[in-house]
Amino acid sequence: MGFKSYCFKKSLWLFHFGGASCNNCDIEILDCLTPRYDLERFGMLLVGSIRHADVLLVNGSINKKDKPRLLEIYEQAPKPVLVVAIGACGCTGGIFAEGNTFAGPVDKIIPVDVYIPGCPPKPEAILAGIVKLLGKN
Amino acid sequence: MSKQTLIPVGPYHPLQEEPELFKLYCDGEIVKDVKWETGYNHRGIEKLAEKKSYDEVFFLVERICGICSTSHPFAFANSVEEIVGVEITNRAKYIRTIIGELERIHSHLLWVGLAGHFLGYNTVFMWAWKYREPVLDLFEMITGNRNSYAMFKVGGVRRDIENQKIPAIEGVLSLVKKKTDLLVGAIMDDPVIHARTKGVGVLTRQDILDFAAVGPTARASGVDIDVRRDDPYAAYPLVNWKVITAEAGDVFAKAEVRLLEMYESISIIEQCLSGLKKEKEGDVDVKVKHIPEGYGTGRTEAPRGEVFHFVVSDGSNSPARHKIRAPSYTNIATFKKSCVGQSISDATISLAAVDPCYCCTERLAVAIDRQSGHRIMNAKEIISHSASITDKLLQHE
Amino acid sequence: MVLNELQKTFAKEILDSEARSERRVTLRIDPAALIPISVHLFRELGFRFIIASALHTKKGFEIYYHYSYDSTGLVLNLHVILDQKKPEIESLSNMFEATNWIEREMHELFGINFLNHPNLEQLLSEGNWATGEYPYRKTFKSNEDVQA
Ligand code: SF4
Repeated sequence: MGFKSYCFKKSLWLFHFGGASCNNCDIEILDCLTPRYDLERFGMLLVGSIRHADVLLVNGSINKKDKPRLLEIYEQAPKPVLVVAIGACGCTGGIFAEGNTFAGPVDKIIPVDVYIPGCPPKPEAILAGIVKLLGKN
Repeated sequence: MSKQTLIPVGPYHPLQEEPELFKLYCDGEIVKDVKWETGYNHRGIEKLAEKKSYDEVFFLVERICGICSTSHPFAFANSVEEIVGVEITNRAKYIRTIIGELERIHSHLLWVGLAGHFLGYNTVFMWAWKYREPVLDLFEMITGNRNSYAMFKVGGVRRDIENQKIPAIEGVLSLVKKKTDLLVGAIMDDPVIHARTKGVGVLTRQDILDFAAVGPTARASGVDIDVRRDDPYAAYPLVNWKVITAEAGDVFAKAEVRLLEMYESISIIEQCLSGLKKEKEGDVDVKVKHIPEGYGTGRTEAPRGEVFHFVVSDGSNSPARHKIRAPSYTNIATFKKSCVGQSISDATISLAAVDPCYCCTERLAVAIDRQSGHRIMNAKEIISHSASITDKLLQHE
Repeated sequence: MVLNELQKTFAKEILDSEARSERRVTLRIDPAALIPISVHLFRELGFRFIIASALHTKKGFEIYYHYSYDSTGLVLNLHVILDQKKPEIESLSNMFEATNWIEREMHELFGINFLNHPNLEQLLSEGNWATGEYPYRKTFKSNEDVQA
């Protein structure tokens, strides 16, 4: 077992960063917590500070004002950290990629481990993505 | 000068093009001033709309806000149809209204849940979101997606609601009605919720007029405005319903207005469904070949208040200018009135009471003010502080 | 009703009027008369301010101030045309709060100057584009446009 897989062996804590998104992805992420999907049964927890987190969920297109914040958050994250780009916006910029304030996509700014496409991805898809992430390491 | 503490709430708060960083300046427990900073979510949608064709703009405006993802296409359709001067078919009107009202139900449920969360009442959060799921399933059945439905187009709707789906919709509605009863019972009679929300975050009638606030925020302060009735569109003139208002202007009144509006929405949808049965299936689309020069204004009543679109056409394939005003744009400014003078723990619920798409609880407080070295309290702490006040109240009961 | 009265009171200041329907009326007014007309609409007649839309056209900078008269569902647009070179107009924000943000926004997006605005600070642009650039002007070139 490598060091990285050792780090991610137990319950993962997630931190959610929403850039210039439309809110839908955010809501679907929160939805994962609610009774029907119940993310917490996998020991996962959304936490309020990146310093406690193992996984950084990023959704939404990143605009120029967000970019330094995203970098700062990535820097503050205890390493190793896994980064998940959620939604069409997170993966490519989606419909906002032509905007005049667009600075992303996420993988141009920080390294990304998993992409979960969809606009918005269903909670099932988000769960599947995160579970795959566990298998990957 | 007394020492003031800065508490940032935000910045990631994607409610419109403008998510914000709220800075609460506090002296001890009391909020002295609120400042806001925006621009974190500016995506230049109005500019993007000028590059897209009229058909594509629908998908773009849908993605202004995920929670009210019908109201923007709705207002855009209204304004373009005003330019063209086209009247859509009755069946399309009913379908538009059904989608709009279903969205109101899911949005209000979402708000109730989050408001509960902000009070430290997570049971309400989990319940409300659990009963929101059947509504989203309904959307998936009707439109193929849980959010962002892509139902609207100039001259009608993209998909029909076939008559055979009507019983399933009615089934979900009766379930939602039962669950609304449950939530209303749980919230309206709860002494702790009364204690936490009555007299908190009060906005007077005059404040509402000054800030030009709209929607449930205005209606809870006795300002009786509702675009659905005042400037009717789609099927609203064809059905019976009433505008819910309250007088107190506090957080409780806002909750009351929203909860009671859900019953109205359910009844509107039921009437539309019986209207649908009378119309011919598949007759949902009027062909529009060309959009002439001119300008049009479109208004709809979104769950949070009036959405306003102003479209200028130069006769080409895409809008020459597209101005969008979402309800939160004016509602958020009222924080200046509702929060100042309150304790910090009440400020969160006062902020939430306006329903500024407060989905992003977990992302609050990433801003760190290094230079000033102010003591910073993050959202988690504010919420647990809020929860501890609820606990204290419970012990006194 | 309200409109007739308004047109009588401000016969000189209203340059032009266009009624698309009973519920959609546009009045082109003299920019100098914006404040008295707005005050009258807001204080005397009970209109509600919705929003203002700016546009950049050949005529110069145009602003539509949209007001709503909720008891009849009327949307009244006050239309002003400002100078191409030096667009400026009196701010309404000293009268009511509702215009505060939108004027700041128009200031940033179009570079229209609002005189006597209480705080014409940055609202959206900080970090997103440089001061002095006005992305919604027709003359604006984004980076991609320049490269292309
Ligand atoms: S991917 Fe789609 S749903 Fe998600 S933030 Fe972007 S536009 Fe919204």
